[in-house]
Amino acid sequence: MFGLNKNSTTEENQTGMLARLRQGLAKTRSKLFSGIESLIGTKRAIDPALLEEIEARLLMADIGVAATARIIEALSSAMRRHELNDMDQLLDTLKARMVELLEPVTRPLLIPDDTAKPFVILVIGVNGSGKTTTIGKMTSYFQDQGHSVLLAAGDTFRAAAIEQIQHWGETTRVPVIAQQSGADSAAVIFDALQSARAHAIDLVIADTAGRLHNKNNLMQELSKIRRIITKFDPSLPVEVLLVLDAGTGQNALSQAQQFNEVINITGLVLTKLDGTARGGVVFSIAHTLNIPIRFIGVGEKLQDLRPFQAEDFVTALLDIRE
Amino acid sequence: MFDNLTGRLSQVIRELRGQARLTEDNIAAALREVRMALLEADVALPVVRDFIEHVRLRSLGEEIKTSLSPGQVLIRNVRDELIALMGAANVTLNLNTPPPAVILMAGLQGAGKTTTVAKLGNWLKQQHHKKVMTVSCDVYRPAAIEQLRLLAHANGLEFFSSSANQAPVDIVTAALGQARKQFMDVLIVDSAGRLHIDADMMAEIRQLHDILQPSDTLFIVDSMQGQDAVNSAQAFATALPLTGVILTKTDGDARGGAALSVRQVTGKPIIFMGMGEKVDALVPFHPERVASRILGMGDVLSLIEVVEQKTDLQQAEKLAKKIKKGSGFDLVDFREQLRQMQNMGGLNSLLDKLPGMGQIPAAAMNQVNDRELIKLGAMIDSMTERERRFPDVINGSRKKRIATGSGTQVQDINRLLKQFKQMQKMMKRMSKKGGLANMMRGLSGNLPRGYRP
Ligand SMILES: Nc1nc2c(ncn2[C@@H]2O[C@H](COP(=O)(O)OP(=O)(O)OP(=O)(O)O)[C@@H](O)[C@H]2O)c(=O)[nH]1
Ligand SMILES: Nc1nc2c(ncn2[C@@H]2O[C@H](COP(=O)(O)OP(=O)(O)O)[C@@H](O)[C@H]2O)c(=O)[nH]1
Ligand SMILES: [Mg+2]
Ligand SMILES: [Mg+2]
Repeated sequence: MFGLNKNSTTEENQTGMLARLRQGLAKTRSKLFSGIESLIGTKRAIDPALLEEIEARLLMADIGVAATARIIEALSSAMRRHELNDMDQLLDTLKARMVELLEPVTRPLLIPDDTAKPFVILVIGVNGSGKTTTIGKMTSYFQDQGHSVLLAAGDTFRAAAIEQIQHWGETTRVPVIAQQSGADSAAVIFDALQSARAHAIDLVIADTAGRLHNKNNLMQELSKIRRIITKFDPSLPVEVLLVLDAGTGQNALSQAQQFNEVINITGLVLTKLDGTARGGVVFSIAHTLNIPIRFIGVGEKLQDLRPFQAEDFVTALLDIRE
Repeated sequence: MFDNLTGRLSQVIRELRGQARLTEDNIAAALREVRMALLEADVALPVVRDFIEHVRLRSLGEEIKTSLSPGQVLIRNVRDELIALMGAANVTLNLNTPPPAVILMAGLQGAGKTTTVAKLGNWLKQQHHKKVMTVSCDVYRPAAIEQLRLLAHANGLEFFSSSANQAPVDIVTAALGQARKQFMDVLIVDSAGRLHIDADMMAEIRQLHDILQPSDTLFIVDSMQGQDAVNSAQAFATALPLTGVILTKTDGDARGGAALSVRQVTGKPIIFMGMGEKVDALVPFHPERVASRILGMGDVLSLIEVVEQKTDLQQAEKLAKKIKKGSGFDLVDFREQLRQMQNMGGLNSLLDKLPGMGQIPAAAMNQVNDRELIKLGAMIDSMTERERRFPDVINGSRKKRIATGSGTQVQDINRLLKQFKQMQKMMKRMSKKGGLANMMRGLSGNLPRGYRP
């Protein structure tokens, strides 16, 4: 309707990120949140009131006060320059501006084949964000690319966390290195690295217990884990992946900042985007920390993982449809 | 962000000084700040709008009593309104039903349901000596049943076994029968996390509810949730007759605006807050605590009132002038300060209200405890006027006399004099840099002029 995504109706895209994101929205549409198209209406004048409604839409997607102000400022200056003559132009500008903000963090996670082995993915985040499930999904994703994978049951704290990751190991048929509950997480991960090297495995994905970023002792445990990996082999390529629940509000920025201070984060995963939460807080995270967003989670099954794409993400956030 | 908001609000409060009543004009700026604060705290936009409108209508035309500034009146309205909307404290579970009382947990994935089952079970067992059975009908998430089994066993709770190849309706039917047979007081039912837009899963939990007829159906919500909390809460409240809400992960540093959103949308009381991963980390809901946290200001607001109402303005002004002139801060002034601190509810209650004071080590707090204040006061009262004005004259025999008079020891007098000397030095330094004045202004924005450098 607005001339966006005219080319996104191909077979491939239907099962792609956007299609999966839309599925969630299409199921039920809350009365509070209707798509931007409904608030615009084709004949509506482009005026400050319209900007205010767009602002509301952005705020409701968790983009936050500051980042929303930056986006709206860009729009209204374009308006003052009389560049926005119709709805198509307005939406194009809005979308382009937002995609532009996320372009620098749109860098997929690639496993190089010319580096020391194994490649290590250390998965961290607050409680319940979706770490272990994402590990299951990534296992399947990288297997499809031809890599061999080994999992480390590094969450030795939460009840049945070990059994949970072992389940994913069984479904994807990869070895899971585990010790008993309560064991030292760093030691489990060290074990896993040794085992992977002994069996020439390409990729080790390590789970960790969920922890809140304001708990100093738990955060120190993470730096210890990071040190152990370096101690095993300083030349190992390591991806430190922070898993964020898309439903999280502005606190996600504080999470990213504080995890990043303790252990350099190299990538983000945004989970649970199959719901109605839009994960807009990544705009401020991109703005302040510039950490690449590697994947999004769109469900609880193995196949519900997609590489992050700025354009589709923004389209789903604004809920613009053809 | 924290300091910014406090700073911005005190700025607004200052700007509003000296006006007679609240008008559209003089509250607009303050309301804008409040709106921003609420959004930054993740209160959902529609809820923010309602809230602001509420406060605006309530405040318009309100007359300002002499002791308060318009800004204070407005901010206090904001706070009162917020606390009122958060609902009452001390709401509890509906345990007065024929046993077994059934509690059904519902919520999004990863909200904290399973952990809260263990916490609630533990609470019922410890505080109410109930016989508690737990059961999981989460047949979807890997090892979810095992998670509850381990938690139940670790905490001496009865656990009804289930397995992932059973249907949830069958599990709860059997569990209910078994709970009756074993004369359980309470049956707590854990359910799988589900998205509010997943029609099949929402139908499933409705069905579980029909079978169980729970006395409590609780919505478990993560305090880090953002704007979407209104959507999920609304959908769960529509699908199920919720009786209450439990707010989890409040041991984090999220401002917790979701609490207000969920409360507004469901109309159901928040009963408990989860404050950690351990089973004992469950506390009854404190509306004021959550309200202050949403506003991000410790209890600065109530401090504004206390300072404003209880500080003897003339005294304070006199003291400030004196310090500024550089004439000595003496024991008479010190005594006056002690008196004022006691009037404000004691040092500890004052410190409690300052943001960030939670981090002060207990040992340091003990050095300034209220008993100490009273003792200090007694010692000064036992001095002659001359001793108070010119503490240097206090020699050994005078010390003995003062100690006897105040029921203390000579070393107490020595300590007092030492503390007083330190205080004197600090006062001098602060009057130069405007330290104290800055600090007080940061707190209230409208202390008497004399306090400013
Ligand atoms: N709908 C949906 N649910 C998800 C997604 N990712 C994870 N979940 C669910 O979220 C819940 C928590 O996921 P986990 O993988 O156990 O999260 P975690 O971070 O490992 O949790 P802890 O180890 O307990 O801190 C589970 O119920 C998952 O099934 C997703 O993309 N979409
Ligand atoms: N820090 C903290 N973690 C919590 C709290 N409540 C639950 N958790 C953690 O959050 C994660 C998800 O909890 P769980 O009970 O499995 O959630 P469920 O998926 O809703 O059953 C687990 O890692 C819990 O240990 C809390 O109050 N504070
Ligand atoms: Mg986990
Ligand atoms: Mg659970």
